[in-house]
Amino acid sequence: MTFTIPIDNGDALKNAEADSQRTLYPYVTGTSIVAIKYKDGVLMASDMGGSYGSTLRYKNIERMKAIGKHSLLGASGEISDFQEILRYLDELVLNDNMWDDGNSLGPKEVHNYLTRVMYNRRNKFNPLWNTLVLGGVKNGESYLGMVSMIGVSFEDNHVATGFGNHLARPILRDEWHADLSFEEGVKLLEKCMRVLLYRDRSAINKLQIAKITEEGVTVSQPYSLKTFWEFKAFNNPTAGAEGSW
Amino acid sequence: MFRNQYDTDVTTWSPTGRLFQVEYAMEAVKQGSAAVGLRSRSHVVLASVNKAQSELSSHQRKIFKVDDHIGVAIAGLTADGRVLSRYMRSESINHSFTYESPLPVGRLVVRLADKAQVCTQRSWKRPYGVGLLVGGLDESGAHLYYNCPSGNYFEYEAFAIGSRSQAAKTYLERRFESFKESSREDLIKDAILAIRETLQGETLKSSLCTVSVLGVDEPFHFLDQESIQKVIDTFEKVAEEEEDGGEAQAEADAPVEQGGAGDQDVAPMEM
Repeated sequence: MTFTIPIDNGDALKNAEADSQRTLYPYVTGTSIVAIKYKDGVLMASDMGGSYGSTLRYKNIERMKAIGKHSLLGASGEISDFQEILRYLDELVLNDNMWDDGNSLGPKEVHNYLTRVMYNRRNKFNPLWNTLVLGGVKNGESYLGMVSMIGVSFEDNHVATGFGNHLARPILRDEWHADLSFEEGVKLLEKCMRVLLYRDRSAINKLQIAKITEEGVTVSQPYSLKTFWEFKAFNNPTAGAEGSW
Repeated sequence: MFRNQYDTDVTTWSPTGRLFQVEYAMEAVKQGSAAVGLRSRSHVVLASVNKAQSELSSHQRKIFKVDDHIGVAIAGLTADGRVLSRYMRSESINHSFTYESPLPVGRLVVRLADKAQVCTQRSWKRPYGVGLLVGGLDESGAHLYYNCPSGNYFEYEAFAIGSRSQAAKTYLERRFESFKESSREDLIKDAILAIRETLQGETLKSSLCTVSVLGVDEPFHFLDQESIQKVIDTFEKVAEEEEDGGEAQAEADAPVEQGGAGDQDVAPMEM
């Protein structure tokens, strides 16, 4: 049996060789997450793709996970960093459970913990290359927030990462309102995901929708959206304007 | 307790399984001036007797705010108490910073107890000579704990520590079953009455005691002299009325006010 001894090159900022240990670029990435508050809690949607640059390499990546009893974490960006974050949170939740004292970490606490982690990593020039969406319900109150890889953190009624910011949020700004029913919420998310599927090249047609309420977290089975490609404009796309577009 | 050959070191057991240095530290708590704590479902009241070195000096501060939702009253070596209060404030604020959420008091108390235990198991340390009554909130409501120099901690409905605390404890034992459902005002009144028991006949004046309150919707704060005096007046008055032949208590539940200026006879460092 062989195993490698980890090489400690020392200070990641001052030592040239240590550079190879800092995160410089992402490799396997997930695309957008879209999430909204609704009547009973929070709904979150993500596709199951992991891109390797421009290749849609992995098609079965779950990018949303339950955290403790009250929270749901969705991540876009580097998948391995997401897995690292899940390990941090696992330890956090474990220690919280070990107290066994009737107190538990709610979504607000988890969100702020993650904000501290992301910001501190950014300060060391060694970021976790993710944009995270944290949703949850505790004591009847819904919570939805976001943290980026540079530690920018905020809460809102609807959030989206990556391309979702540009394509989904305008839809949500128009059509989100308080106290959406479950069906309305799902329809709204599917509308956003469909637009992303058409326009985001790293999106794949296999998505999950997760729901978190006071009762807990449920993540749906993967399914695909109906798409329509027979628009007349798609035939002879350059008919109107010759060019290399 | 008498001197014996096993009491020099905190790391020496006696043949009967006792650590005498730890027990001597607990004696130091009994020498300090009294402090009492009571709790209801939603509030905790901490009160203490103001002891001053001399008439010229100000009295020692025995109650500290740890956070909006946690307060602590100490008895014993005040310097040790101050250091532990600073530790508690530090833990509380670090938790708040990381999680944007108040540290549940039960978890703080355990950390405090673990810190005290360390000093009972190192030959180069001594136990903290201070007992702490920690009152605070967590998800299930208001709690009162007592932390001992031994590293033990217990949860209480009501408790008293320091010199002549037995008199206060007797009073509290008679009445503690009603505290859980007590109103805030009744809880304050009971705290001051318990303090009165420790004064053994000395007239109870608001300058002699410090009272603090915290609750589910009420951040930790001290009551001012006026408010304390008002509460004292309600039962001192009852005592007079009983002498006159027992009329009904007119202001039994007068609400206690917060904020406002103190009296002229308040020492400069009093809250």
